[in-house]
This record gives sequence, structure tokens and C-alpha cells, in this order.
Amino acid sequence: MAFRGTAHKFGAHVDTDQIIPARYLNMSDPQELAAHVMEDADATFAGRVQAGDIVVADVNFGCGSSREHAPISIKAAGVSCIVAKSFARIFFRNSINLGLPVVECPEAVEATDEGDTLQVDLSAGTVTNMTKERSFTAKPYEPFMLELLDAGGLVEYTKRRLQAASR
Amino acid sequence: MGMTMAEKILAAHSGRAGVEPGELINVKVDLVMANDVTAPIAIQNFRRLGVSRVFDPERVCLVPSHFAPNKDIRSAEQMKVMREFAREQGCVYYEQGQAGIEHILLPYRGHVVPGDVYVGADSHTCTSGALGAFATGMGSTDIAVAMATGEIWMKVPETLRVIYHGKMGRWVRSKDLILHTIGQIGTDGATYCAMQFEGEALAEMSIDARFTITNMVAEAGGKTGLMRVDQTTLEYVRPRARRRWTAYEPDPDARYWQTIELDASAIDITVAMPYSPGNTRPLKELLGGPELPIDQVFIGSCTNARIEDLREAAEIMRGRRVAQWVRCIVIPATQDIYLQALREGLIEVFTEAGCAVSTSTCGPCLGGYMGVLAEGERCVSTSNRNFPGRMGHPKAESYLVNPPVAAASALLGRLAHPDEVASVAATR
Ligand code: SF4
Repeated sequence: MAFRGTAHKFGAHVDTDQIIPARYLNMSDPQELAAHVMEDADATFAGRVQAGDIVVADVNFGCGSSREHAPISIKAAGVSCIVAKSFARIFFRNSINLGLPVVECPEAVEATDEGDTLQVDLSAGTVTNMTKERSFTAKPYEPFMLELLDAGGLVEYTKRRLQAASR
Repeated sequence: MGMTMAEKILAAHSGRAGVEPGELINVKVDLVMANDVTAPIAIQNFRRLGVSRVFDPERVCLVPSHFAPNKDIRSAEQMKVMREFAREQGCVYYEQGQAGIEHILLPYRGHVVPGDVYVGADSHTCTSGALGAFATGMGSTDIAVAMATGEIWMKVPETLRVIYHGKMGRWVRSKDLILHTIGQIGTDGATYCAMQFEGEALAEMSIDARFTITNMVAEAGGKTGLMRVDQTTLEYVRPRARRRWTAYEPDPDARYWQTIELDASAIDITVAMPYSPGNTRPLKELLGGPELPIDQVFIGSCTNARIEDLREAAEIMRGRRVAQWVRCIVIPATQDIYLQALREGLIEVFTEAGCAVSTSTCGPCLGGYMGVLAEGERCVSTSNRNFPGRMGHPKAESYLVNPPVAAASALLGRLAHPDEVASVAATR
């Protein structure tokens, strides 16, 4: 699995309240949520983001509430992948469960500026900054996580498992 | 090799003699929870799994809390999805008038017991860890799978042990210990870790006070926070428990990722300043600086709205009035606590003091409703988060404090020390 897109940079400790504020938690439709994605971190983001773009962030991205609305809104906005120095635990788990790849690669974050083109190769475990022509090794995925992403997320993965068990 | 509390509980729930940090395991869960915000997505995913029944209706709890009683049509629709699912499946469901914030309600009503693996679609599920349970927050998709199968994948966490030596000073509360700790280790200081709390200061604490500490494990990034089962735990659990429980002790030779030893007697009243629970300062440093006038005080949330918290706040407010330009909102965490506060005359004290007292809800804690902040407004709150936009406008400010400080601040109209209350004229 590989993705190529334009980088949008964010700072450290972007929490889920900034990704999707509670005032929108009275809805759960992905497209409606996507219209407000990152609103309290950067109110212009939802209007600018293009399909395939990559979110790049500093440490502890997605900290705070467990709301799955956060990765759902990012995915529904068309973001293909998130590269950060580190992720908060529940956000990391939710993203993989939804089939949204999240990659830990501090060096790539350091080397990337807003608007750079990035290419992320999950199987090879690399993040390449095409603009700067530099490549970095990401923290490798556990095979199980790759399996989840391959299946398209936890629901599909579990469905297959349940079907196999009942056969 | 010895095991920590977390490792012991996970080993017992995955049918193994032992587990090691970093291992991916499949864990049987004892209890699954979702609330009005997270249940609708969990239910959607449950349906997508093609399963017709939850694994055990008595172990699946659905609690309206965040926007309950319904704040608008959209939240009413979400609530309806949850209610109908609970009815169809026969799950545990508490309606308005019996319910409250799930993290206080479920242990209080005996649904969580020591030794449980408890997963909830809310980050503060870790609160129940004070009872010696492995309680952890997850997203709605995980919860859908747990509801369907009674199992969940998990990575065995490292354990970060925190020991509070000594006794706490006057006006210092469990809230101050955990705020101070988060200030020290940072809001990602315990990411992916189980925290295990011990020490003399804990031994003397009520379960109410202990819950405040495990509640804020979420603000340190932790997966769960555990406390050992002692006499105080058993006195709390015995009359409520709906199931048999097991008290797991850490082995003497357990291996910890890190051990942090703190002297509780040296920890002062602590305030988390905007915009992070880790941005902490001792209250006395702030009182020396420029005055911080406030617009709102919130005494509520799953962190500090148990009966003990309300008693303390009421004691400070008794016979006095909230400052003229402050709105003080008091929300008991559950209906049980509301009733007890009513019987003890606390609701009367708050009302006479000029507080707005409400039925149980999360409400203002997440900027939901019932006390949302405007641009530039400043709030002193007993809750657990003060990120930008958490309680309303992204440019509003929240200061996180213990209940006596919140009550004193309401009376003085600024961030204040409980000892300053003597200077406020009594109305009777
Ligand atoms: S009181 Fe606040 S922190 Fe606790 S569950 Fe409700 S919204 Fe979350």
C-alpha cells in the first residue's frame, strides 16, 4: 500500500477536540463531519484539503477524547494517511480500525514543509519527501496491523474471522 | 518473571500463564460500555458485522450522558438509536432520571468489579481502574467488535508505577496529586502504558478521591490506571457487586517500565492552566501574580462530582453568595448522587448561594450545552480537560482545579484559595 499527496502540517498535541469539536458530535455522518475537520486547529483546512492529501503532525497527535469522529472526519475529508512524530493511543487504534493509515516517522516530520509532496509506502515502511528528495524509515507496523489495514479495517477483518469460524 | 497488576489481569483474561509487554493478545472482556455520542457509530458497525445479538446483554451497558437530556433534535436522534438498540438487545440501559455520567454510574451500581477487563467507548473509562480493574477507553469500532464477540485485541502495555509517599496537606486533594503528576510527566508521559498507583497517600483516600486520579490517566495518555484492592475498595465493592470479583496483586518482582516516587506532602494545590492539563502551576504562584477574574465556575464532570466533592464545595459556600459576575454551575455526576446531595441539604446550600444546579449530564465539560463559554471567557472547572475549544469557544480559557478551589473561586470572582473565603461576608 502506497500513497502520494500534499503535506498539511500541524503542531504538537493536536487533540480530538480540535480535530472535531464536541459541538458537532450530535452527528455521525462522515461527510457532515468532514466539513468541520480540524476546525479548531485551522479553520481553513476543510476548505483546502484535496483527496489523497497527507496530514503531517508533531508529537501526540489525536490526544484527548476517544471520539472516533476524529479519524472518521479526517478520512472522509479525503486524507490518505497521517504522518506524525507520535500518536495518542486511542487515536492510533481507531485509525487502524477504520483503515486509515497512520505512520510514525519523526525525521520525515522534521524534514517536511507545508505543501511538500510526500509518498508513503506502508509495506516498505518508508516516507519519501518528493519535494526535498529525501527518504526516511518509518516505525514498522506489526504484521497484525498490516493485516487489519489490508482487510480495510477491523469490521471487515472481524467479519471474515466470524465467517471462517462458522464455516 | 513477576507480573504487574495489568499483566496479571490480561494474562487471566487471555488464558495464558503469563504475558509480556508488547505482546498482541486476544482478551475476553467482562464489561462493554458506550454513551450517546459513541454508541450510534458502534451500533452501525455492530450491524455491519452481520451479528444479530450482543455477546451478553448484562455485560453491555449503554448510558446517555453527554447531551442528555437531549439538547437538540440531532442529539435526540442519536439517543433514540441507542435506546432502541438497548431495548432490542435487552442491554443494561439507564434512562434520564436514573442515569448520569457512565464512569461514576457503572462502578457505583456494581457493574464493574475488581479484576475485570472493562472496555468503554469513552477515554475516561480508565476511571474504574481505582477498583483494581483493567478499564480502558477505545473507539466505537472496537466497542462494536467487543459487543459482538466479547473479545478484543490488545497490546500488553508496559506499566508505569507511581508511588505517592507521605500525607497530603490541608486543602490538597487527589486532584492535585494527579494534576501535579501530569505536569511532571506530560500529557504523553504515559502513552501506551498502564499506570499503577500506590503509596501511603492512597491508602488513606476514599474511593471517590481515588477515582479522580484514575480518571485523569487519560490526560497522561495512559491506557489504564490501576490501584490495588484494599479494605476501602472492598467496603465499596461488597454491597454493590453484581458479579464475583478477583483481587489481583502485583508480584514483588514485577518489572516496571518506570517507577516515579512523589512526596504527597510536598505537593501543593495545583492548577492546570489553558490549554493543556499538563500546563500546571502551584496555585500560590498564580495568586501572587495579576488577578484572574472569571466568568464561570463548573463543579461537575466524571472527575470531581461525587458526593464527597459536593460536600466540600457546599461547606465552603454555606451561608455565602457567588460573586456578582460569576455564573456557577453545579452538576452532580449521577442521579444517585443528586438525591443524596438533596437529602443532605447540599442542593439547598448551592441554590441559596446562587448556583445553577442541574440534573446529571456531562454538559459543559465538553462544551456540549448547559454552560458553553463565549470568546475570551474564563472558567474555573473541576473537570479534566482544558484544550482549546473544549468548553466552548476556542479562545475561551479553562483552569482545572480541585472542588474546594472551585467553590472559593466562585465566591471571590477570581481564581482563589479556600482560605480566602473567610474574607467573604456571610449572608447569614
Ligand atoms: S464528564 Fe466530561 S470527561 Fe467525563 S465523560 Fe463526560 S464529557 Fe467526558
